[in-house]
Formats: sequence, C-alpha cells, structure tokens
Amino acid sequence: MKALSQRRRHPLAAIALLLMGLLLTGGLYAVASGANEAKAQSSPYTAEDVEEGKKLFVANCATCHGMSGQGTETGPSLVGVGAAAVHFQVGTGRMPLQMQGPQAKEKPPQFNEEETRQMAAYVASLGPGPAIPGEKALDTSDADPGNGGQLFRVNCAMCHNAAGAGGALTRGKFAPQLAGVEDVHVYEAMITGPQNMPVFNDATISPQGKQDIIAFLNTIESTPSPGGADLGSLGPVSEGLFVWTAGLGVIIAFTIWLTSRSS
Amino acid sequence: MSTSTAQYEPKTRVGRITNFVDQRVGGSGMVKEFGRKVFPDHWSFMFGEVALYSFVILLLTGTFLTFFFDPSMAETHYDGSYVPLKGVEMSVAYASALDISFDIRGGLFMRQMHHWAALLFVAAVSVHMLRVFFTGAFRKPRELNWVVGSVLLILGLAEGFTGYSLPDDLLSGNGLRIIDGVIKAIPVVGSYISFFLFGGEFPGTVIIPRLYVLHILLIPAIILLMIAIHLFMVVVHKHTQFPGPGRTNNNVVGFPVGPVYAAKAGGFFFIVFGVLALMAGFFTINPIWNYGPYDPSPISAGTQPDWYIGWVDGALRLMPGVGEFVIFGFTLSLNVLIPALGPALLLFTLMFTWPWLEAWVTKDKREHHLLDRPRNAPTRTAIGVAGVVFYCVMWAAASSDLIATHFSLSLNDVTYWLRALFFLGPIIGFLVAKRIALALQRKDREIALHGRETGRIVRLPHGEFIEVHEPLDEYHQYKLVNYESPEVVPPQPNAEGKITTAEKARGVLSRIFFEDRVAPPTPAEVEAAHSHGGHGEVEAEHEDQESLPRQ
Repeated sequence: MKALSQRRRHPLAAIALLLMGLLLTGGLYAVASGANEAKAQSSPYTAEDVEEGKKLFVANCATCHGMSGQGTETGPSLVGVGAAAVHFQVGTGRMPLQMQGPQAKEKPPQFNEEETRQMAAYVASLGPGPAIPGEKALDTSDADPGNGGQLFRVNCAMCHNAAGAGGALTRGKFAPQLAGVEDVHVYEAMITGPQNMPVFNDATISPQGKQDIIAFLNTIESTPSPGGADLGSLGPVSEGLFVWTAGLGVIIAFTIWLTSRSS
Repeated sequence: MSTSTAQYEPKTRVGRITNFVDQRVGGSGMVKEFGRKVFPDHWSFMFGEVALYSFVILLLTGTFLTFFFDPSMAETHYDGSYVPLKGVEMSVAYASALDISFDIRGGLFMRQMHHWAALLFVAAVSVHMLRVFFTGAFRKPRELNWVVGSVLLILGLAEGFTGYSLPDDLLSGNGLRIIDGVIKAIPVVGSYISFFLFGGEFPGTVIIPRLYVLHILLIPAIILLMIAIHLFMVVVHKHTQFPGPGRTNNNVVGFPVGPVYAAKAGGFFFIVFGVLALMAGFFTINPIWNYGPYDPSPISAGTQPDWYIGWVDGALRLMPGVGEFVIFGFTLSLNVLIPALGPALLLFTLMFTWPWLEAWVTKDKREHHLLDRPRNAPTRTAIGVAGVVFYCVMWAAASSDLIATHFSLSLNDVTYWLRALFFLGPIIGFLVAKRIALALQRKDREIALHGRETGRIVRLPHGEFIEVHEPLDEYHQYKLVNYESPEVVPPQPNAEGKITTAEKARGVLSRIFFEDRVAPPTPAEVEAAHSHGGHGEVEAEHEDQESLPRQ
C-alpha cells in the first residue's frame, strides 16, 4: 500500500487510472450486453447461404439499401439490423417495398423461406443483430396467457388495441391487426421494432414475457367471440354504428309496417 | 238502491271479480276516458314508444344484473372460466361483471341486452326529439313537454355514462379518467369536486359504488318521474297530427287507444323486445373481457365512449393543444374546458330555449296541434340541420382514428378536415337544407297549380311538343296548398311608440327567417291555373291545347 501511495503523484498515474476505468466499464458493458447478444451466435449460416443471400440482396434490395447494405437516401442502412429484421420484413411481404408511403404495407411474401433465410444470412453477416428466434424461443407450451394479457395491455394495446385489432398512428401510419400473424413474426417484431414500433429487447420484456404475449394472442384468436359476432372488435364505434343502422333500421321498418294500413 | 251499478248483477265469475274491483277502484271510468283517447297514425310518431319500451327492457334486464353484480373496488384475483384473465389482479366489480358474462346462466345475454337497449334508448330519444323539432311539435302548448323531453335526454346520457363506467374494465376506466380531467379543468373548484367525487385522488376506491347507486337508484327514479310527467302531458295536450283533409287544429284523427292502439302498442313492445333480444344474442357489445381490468397506466387504441357521449370526446379530440395558461401559479386548462363543455352548453341551451326563441321571432302565440312538414318551415329545418351537422362533425371526430385506419387516411388530415367542418359544416348544412326546403316548396306549388308531370309527350297539330300534366286529386291537393306560411313581422313599436333594440333584433331575425318564403298557392291562383284545363275532367289532348298559352 505504501508503494501505491508513494507513486500516486507519478506522471503516468492519471493515465493508468484512466486505463483501469475504461477497462472496467468496457468489461462490464461487454458482460452486460453479452446477455442480449448471446442468441446471435447460436444460428450459424454457411458461407454459401451468405453468398446466395448477397446475390438476392443485390438484385432485389440494393436499389434502396445500397450495394452492401450501407443504406441510401431512400432506404436505411441494414448494418446491425440482424437476421430477425430480414426474416420479419421479407417474410411478411413488407419488403421489398410495394410503394413509397407512410409505412410499408403487408402483401403476399415475394420470397420463399429458403431465400428469405439466405438474405437474412447475408444481412446478419454485415454486423451483429438479433437473430431469427429458434424453436425454443417460440415454445409457448408453458406460457401464461393471463400474464401475457397484462403485458400486452401495458406495452402493446395503446397502438394495437386491447384485442389486437390494430389502431391509427400519426400521418397515415398505423399499427396493424395482430390476428393471423405468425408467432415467429410477432416475436421478431418485438425484438427488431419494425416501422414505427419500438424495440422490446429482453431487458424490457423477458423472453418468457414474449412467449406469454404470443400465447395470449393465440388464445384470444382461437377463442370464438363469446358474445356473438364481434363487429371487428373496434369497440363502441362499431357498436354505435350498428345500433344506428341495423338496430334502428329494423325498428323503423316495423314502425312503417305498423302504420301502413291507415294514413 | 236505485243506481245502475248496484242493480248490475254479473253472471260469470270473471264478471263478479271485475265488478268487485271496479266498485272499489273505479277503473271503468278511467278505461272509458283513456280508452277512447285517439292517437293519429304515422310511423315517425313511434320513436317515443321505442324509447319507452327500451327503458322498460332496461329496467327488466338491469334488475337481473343487480342480482349478480358487486360494485366493490376491493382487489381480488380472477378465478372464473375465462382463461386469458386467469389469476389477473382486478377489482371485485370487474370480476363480478366477468362472472355475469361467463359463469352465470344467461348473464352475458342479459348484459348485452341491457347495453344494446341502452344504446337504442338514447338513439330513439334522439330521433324522437328530431322528429318533434323538425315538425314543430314543440310549439304552444307543448313547450314544457319539450323541456321535459330534453331533461330526459340528458338523464339518459347520465344514466348511460354511469352504467358504462360500472364494469371497471380498462375502457370504462379510461372514460372516467377523461371525466376526471374535465372536472379538474374547471377553474378554482375543479380539483375539489374531483376529490369529493372520487373520494381522494383518481381512481380511489369509492367511485364505482357511488356511480352504482346513481345508476340503479337516483337517475332511473328521476327518469321514471319525468316519463310519467311526459306521458301525462301528452294525454293532456293530445297528440299532434299532420295536416290533411278532415284534420284540423281542433280535432285528432286516428284510432282510439282501446282496442286498436293498446293492441298495436303491446305488439310493438314485443317487436322492440325481440329485435333487442336478437341483437343481444348474435352481436357482441362491450366485450369487457377484451379490455382487461382497469389500471391507470395502460390505454387501448380505439378507446371511445358509447355513441351518445362520442360528440364530447370528439370535441376534445378536435381541440388544438392551445389555451393552457398559468396564472399566479394556477393552471387554467381552457384546452380541456372549452371543448368539453362549450359545444354541449351551446347545443343544450339552444335546445331548451328553442320553443321560446321561435315564438319570439314569429310573434306567434297561438296553439298548434297541426304539424309542419319540414319543408314548410325552411329556416327552422335549416337550423335543425345545422345543429345535426355540428353534432355529427364532433361525433365523427370521436372515431377519427378508425376513419383514418379504415379509409387509409392520415389521422392528422382527418383531424384538420373535421376542424374545418366544425365551423363550416353547420353553415353549409344550413344553406343547403334551406335551399332544398325552398326548392321542394316551389315544386309543391308548381304541382298544386299545374298538376303532376305524367311523362307523356304529345305532339300538337302545329308541330309543338308538350308534356301532359295531370291534376291532383283533392286529397293530395289539400296537402300541398293547406299549410301555414308565416310572414316577416317587421319591428313593432311598443306601448310608448318606441322600437326597442330587442325588437329590432327580432325584426332582423324575422326577416332572415321568412323573407324568402314560398307562399302556398291561394284558391284564386289555383282557380286561375286550373280554369284552362277544366279541372282535368276533359280529354288530355284538349287540356294540352287549352293550356298552351302558359307554356
């Protein structure tokens, strides 16, 4: 200790301290962030996948995203978006973009699963990012839909509606309906945050929580509406519209019938 | 023992029982009096009945719901049969509403029927009021009954909103949160009222029980009282009727209550009941299980109140984010206060005062038992349409997000357009409605004078083509020529010979109301127009030749 205290005024002491501090924070950060990126290492693609993916990418995506995915004025950089983002955007048909607009619209996918995987492999090779969730991540057999419902209402319902019927955002953007969306795409949307959606990484919603949410969505989708036709699950607007058109319409028809004999 | 009642000896058992009751309560007199009451027949006269029957259904289904609903805000964990909410922490009120929906036989049906009936009740009341307004049925002697009806509408809104808030789900909690915000925006006393109402800071633990008492006791009691007054006044005033041959201001042409109307009305009750039962059986309303328990942090997209509160919500959505001031450390939230209370204050003030406003402008203090066709009161109709447009713009604004998503529009654009329409819509509505009404009156006048266009084209010997006009029969002619058409009443000097400012204003309004009126054809005009055609007795060709000069 004495040696340390004697050398604390050494000219190099400040530099040594700075170095130690940097090493410590850097190391801690590496450990902390490792938790999120651990999955990225687990799905390896072959060099051939990457090669094929690059060809597809150059032919179909490079116009907007640049020849090596660096991004252009019309499309964002894909470095670091990860394989999950490609799998989501291409797998749901949002990419390649049908037309410019407030946001990419869903359409029938243009590529099959294999081609999508190859493009994902190429984009994943550009920089580390979220990987396509594996079977284990999507296993909802022991998930709790009740907890998923609570997480959904707190995190998702403000845009997607409490029943997942979708909702409006600003300037023509919207949160889509969630019925009929595949589990893997729901998971990928949460970890990549496509369009205007925020990223819900594993620190925000744990993998277990994500499985619960998926289980909740599957439960409400597979449960038939208990009260009869659900009128789009759009809440009081469709109910009001229904009572004013169908309800009152039928009543008026009856009033006309009842008074038609006289007058 | 010389009175006829004492001499009457019923022969059958039913007769004896009836006679026993009648001698003690005197029912036959009432039946004789009320049973001969005559009501005119028109489909548009039946919306009040629809509202009344909806209310009866609300009482029946509501009573069923009170057997099982527990309005407590104590915390519990759901343990019913709806899986997606299993184990979720919630209030007892919400849990019991879920139990009614899933675990009590017929509960969901009753809940849905109650809610559909509530929507239909307010809709029927609204359409009934529109009918009364546009036909001028609010005029003397029915002004007070119009006011009672307006009070009933407001009570209906209050009853609906308190009921909407009871299940304590996310949707209703969000609605209460907005009400809390509006209350707190009231200057000075707002926060105190809010604390008093919610028993502390929102949401507290007392609001649901309090709303429950209002919903099942106080408001329905006042509604019942008002309905009694309303119907009593209808009997006193007698029902209005549309003008027609034989129908005058001094009679009522129609069917008596007994037996025709009693049977019709009884049947109609079951029709309304059946329609509501079908709706409750086949169409979901307020799926509270979708929304989850109330918790102040989440909110769902597509959160709206029931339709009748929608216009207030819409006004809030339309208000730009300006008008919040901090004065001496106190916040004045005009950005909430103005949209939440302004349009409602305007519409309700106009609604309550309209019978007197119109009577003041027209200086018409006579009794009116004959209705106006809407076209024959163009300015009143135009003002009514302006009010409807004003309401509908705000109503549409409440669903601005759904308009945006379902028609692929930008939410911002929808809001901008509706903001413009908020001011321009009523003006456009007024002008268009007035023009249409005047045009229809001119068409009526034309038909009354020259007959109906038959679409038959005839070529005359000298080569001219004319269309054959067919004169109307007397019944139809009567409807077209026999209506009241008030004229402009210029400002009148008062007893001192002075024309007051108020009287000048009245004169201006009177001119706006009636300066472009279309007068009904006078008998002389009709006579002159018809004299050439020989009242349609002669051959059409002959008439065509005769009517040549006026072509």
